[in-house]
Amino acid sequence: MTEVYQSAVPLYAVLVSLAALPLILISSRWANIREFWTILAAATKLLLVVSLLPGALEQRTAEINLVELSPGIGLSLRADPLGVFFALIASSLWMLTSFYSIGYVRGLQEHKQTRYFASFAVCLSATIGIAFSANLLTFLMFYEILTVATYPLVVHKESKEAIQAGRKYLVYTLGAGVILIAALGWTHHLAGSLDFEPGGLLSGAQASSGTLKGLFALFLAGVGVKAAVMPLHSWLPTAMAAPTPVSALLHAVAVVKSGVFGVMRVVGFVFGPDLLRQEGLNTLLAVVAAVTILLASILALKQDNLKRMLAYSTVGHLSYIVLGASLLTPAGLSGGLMHIATHATMKITLFFCAGAIYVHMHKENISEIDGIGRVMPWTMGAFAVGALGLVGVPPINGFVSKWFLGIGAVEAQEHWILAVLLLSGLLNAGYFFPVIYRAFFRAAAGKRYSEAPALMVVPLVVTAIASVFFGILPNGMVHLHDLALLVTTSVLGTP
Amino acid sequence: MNDHIPVLIPVTLLVAALIIPLAGIRGKGWAHTVAFAGVLLSLALAVEGMWLVLATGTMRYALGGWTPPIGIELVLDPLSAFMTVLILAVGTLVLLHARTSVAGELPHKSVPFFSLCLLLLTGFVGIVLTGDLFNLFVFLEIGSLAGYGLAAIGDRRAPVAAFRYLLLGTVGATFYLLGVGLVFMMTGSLNMADLTTLLPFSTSEPPVMVGFVLMAMGIGLKMALFPLHLWLPDTYTFASSPSSALLAPLGTKVAAYVLIRLMVFVFEPGFSRDQLFVSDAMVWMALAGIVFGSVLAVAQTELKRMLAYSSVAQIGYIALGVGLGSALGLVGALLHILNHAVMKGALFLVAGNLRLKLGHTELFKLDDRLRTTMPWSMAAFVVAALSMVGIPPLAGFFSKWYLVLASIEQDAWAAVAVILVGSLLSAAYFFRILERVYLRPQGDSTGDTVAVEPAGGSAEVRWPMLAPTLILSVSLLVLGILNTVIVDGVLVRIVPNTLEGGQ
Repeated sequence: MTEVYQSAVPLYAVLVSLAALPLILISSRWANIREFWTILAAATKLLLVVSLLPGALEQRTAEINLVELSPGIGLSLRADPLGVFFALIASSLWMLTSFYSIGYVRGLQEHKQTRYFASFAVCLSATIGIAFSANLLTFLMFYEILTVATYPLVVHKESKEAIQAGRKYLVYTLGAGVILIAALGWTHHLAGSLDFEPGGLLSGAQASSGTLKGLFALFLAGVGVKAAVMPLHSWLPTAMAAPTPVSALLHAVAVVKSGVFGVMRVVGFVFGPDLLRQEGLNTLLAVVAAVTILLASILALKQDNLKRMLAYSTVGHLSYIVLGASLLTPAGLSGGLMHIATHATMKITLFFCAGAIYVHMHKENISEIDGIGRVMPWTMGAFAVGALGLVGVPPINGFVSKWFLGIGAVEAQEHWILAVLLLSGLLNAGYFFPVIYRAFFRAAAGKRYSEAPALMVVPLVVTAIASVFFGILPNGMVHLHDLALLVTTSVLGTP
Repeated sequence: MNDHIPVLIPVTLLVAALIIPLAGIRGKGWAHTVAFAGVLLSLALAVEGMWLVLATGTMRYALGGWTPPIGIELVLDPLSAFMTVLILAVGTLVLLHARTSVAGELPHKSVPFFSLCLLLLTGFVGIVLTGDLFNLFVFLEIGSLAGYGLAAIGDRRAPVAAFRYLLLGTVGATFYLLGVGLVFMMTGSLNMADLTTLLPFSTSEPPVMVGFVLMAMGIGLKMALFPLHLWLPDTYTFASSPSSALLAPLGTKVAAYVLIRLMVFVFEPGFSRDQLFVSDAMVWMALAGIVFGSVLAVAQTELKRMLAYSSVAQIGYIALGVGLGSALGLVGALLHILNHAVMKGALFLVAGNLRLKLGHTELFKLDDRLRTTMPWSMAAFVVAALSMVGIPPLAGFFSKWYLVLASIEQDAWAAVAVILVGSLLSAAYFFRILERVYLRPQGDSTGDTVAVEPAGGSAEVRWPMLAPTLILSVSLLVLGILNTVIVDGVLVRIVPNTLEGGQ
């Protein structure tokens, strides 16, 4: 039985990076002090989130109700297992990205660094807010804040290309935002409440089949943009115009994972498994996800720009999570959840590597990196780990989540999904192995060992090690698998 | 003293308006001091009045001691108290801002300017407070005449725009007066409270129906409800910045108030909704206005003109809420009156700051130097713009949220779609500006940007102009987060129980 207790810790976890915002702005002239605030906020945030972990594991949920946003709907934060799961991933990777960012922006002598770090801090507040939202309106609020706060990061380079990317990003995400508003209004009209409930807040509502399908379509469009479900994905490859740490944290972890987190919330806590099965909507979701996985992997095959290839790979892997959610079986759901975590550590490693190559060698394309594995062995070693993990090679953590997804597909009697997983694994190998081959097995043009700055290399080695660590011990240290099982149990009702 | 608050609020403003020319003889600075003191005093009275009304109930004041059905009465109920405080609060901030911007733009006209401002506010507050249909017309004319004067003080094209405003405004007022005449003919009363008991007996009489439609049309013109908005864009664009900062946030809202008062309170809500279908017509006009105003706003190249067209769209949101004819719709409309007044106030004040420092508000001449030269004004602009787009937790989101809820409640899906598309269009026209101000595309060198280096130094405006701008934009955050306090504390108490879902 879950026990709810009042605690302000979730609020502090949200606010800590927002509190760092004025400090970052004030210290814009003293770079070291400014970065100190970022690191301090990241560390505090991580500690606060970790402090919520034991409670979540014992099914004691911290909750705080602030003002009402609309009569009967509070600005409420609740650290339930799913929220803690996501917050843990986002805040721990922010810590690493902060160090990496410092190395990156100083290595490239980027302009407007203050704006960069300030926006980053706001983004992280919004992400943790999304994780801990106890109802849809609070979720929407942080979701929109995240949209706006990410915009300065997408357009950071201020080149024509970046500004175009920013426009595209806004059209997609703000469009999704207003669709969500309509979905929320409708849900409120049908259910009289917007609180997330395990098993679905709509489960008791009187609604016709057509209404539910229409509502689900609105929700899917609303959260599907950030989750980059096809055909709503095309902002993501364009948004690669952003600096690499932004792509690493936001376009592999915070923003896109907020989208799939939204899918999880909609599937498990708004509609609920019974309603989805009754309307056959889970099959729809599974088909959309499967198509996205395969098409994105094929599109990734033909990319030469490393970051664009990673972006398409991200689009594909996000739909693994959506696929897991659509299976509605214990193993499928927990596989999807685990993939939130495993994809995060692997993909952030890959983006970190792409950024390190860009800063150190000024190379962006796969065709230019022949022999780079001998020049930057640490970086490319980490890259190989991440790539192999995404292909699904044990003992890297990507294998674990795919394994669960496979079991889930069998549990759900949807054997075609096994084929999709298998094919996608091969396609992953198809676009990652050429990179590894070029980096390690083609001759370099007489370059000797020369690594990127330590501030960049250490974080990417850490995330690579984490990928292996969680591959061997999926439940190690932070009990991610236990959390996933708690979520699964609460949603599906079966132990 | 407390009993006299309803009358003291407009009288304070009127007296101040009359003293200003005298004070102006001693020195121009005095004109502003007297005006500001007058507005501040009446704001204090209005706040106290609101507090009393919420604590003890409606206050009625018979002017000159004549008993109401015959004499004129002023009524301070939750709705009029809400509107009075809103008008005077925005007016106070705009007047604080106006000291410098008037000195910059209209150096020789400051004394008549401030006198007109106070007359305008007298008219607005009078419209809101009066409990008498004909007296409402009188205050409407006081406010409008002062408004025409204010609109005419501006650049070279302002008198023409103001003349058009005068013609159309007079047509609107005449329609209203005709309507009042017909209603008086059938009922024999002009007192609003009296009419609520008399009208149910004569709502099927053609003169009452025609009278109501005439009044609604006249007020629709004053409110610039699409397609009766033609006077608005030129008037706001060519008037001086302080005039437009005063007219834009308040003028149309006061007309919206009259519409609400007539449709929901004086007549029964069912009359306009089920019997005459005025509500339906309003909903469609509102939806057309939202789309039309937003699309034209995207097409503008001048900031004030863009904001004017945006106002046409925002009036649509208010009219939509009223037209839906439900408690939620009315709450949404009233909240949007408040939110839009604050948002538009902030935006027009920023436009004033830009006029003062750059000498223009042409969008294509704005560039990323503003980011460093006027950081605070631009920050205020960003907040107000995001609120217009409807990003929670800023205020603009919540009025749209209530309107969406109200539309869904009535299965008005077209309205839901238009509200949301309107948000996206406002994102289009605001982010266009933010791009110019905050980002400089490489290789995009428009040569003429160098020529517009401000004459009076490139620094930020001084605090008397900055403070009101910042107060308005910060209050958007506060109004957003605390919107339920306003909704539950004030707005829900305004909604009459004759309305669907009212209490």
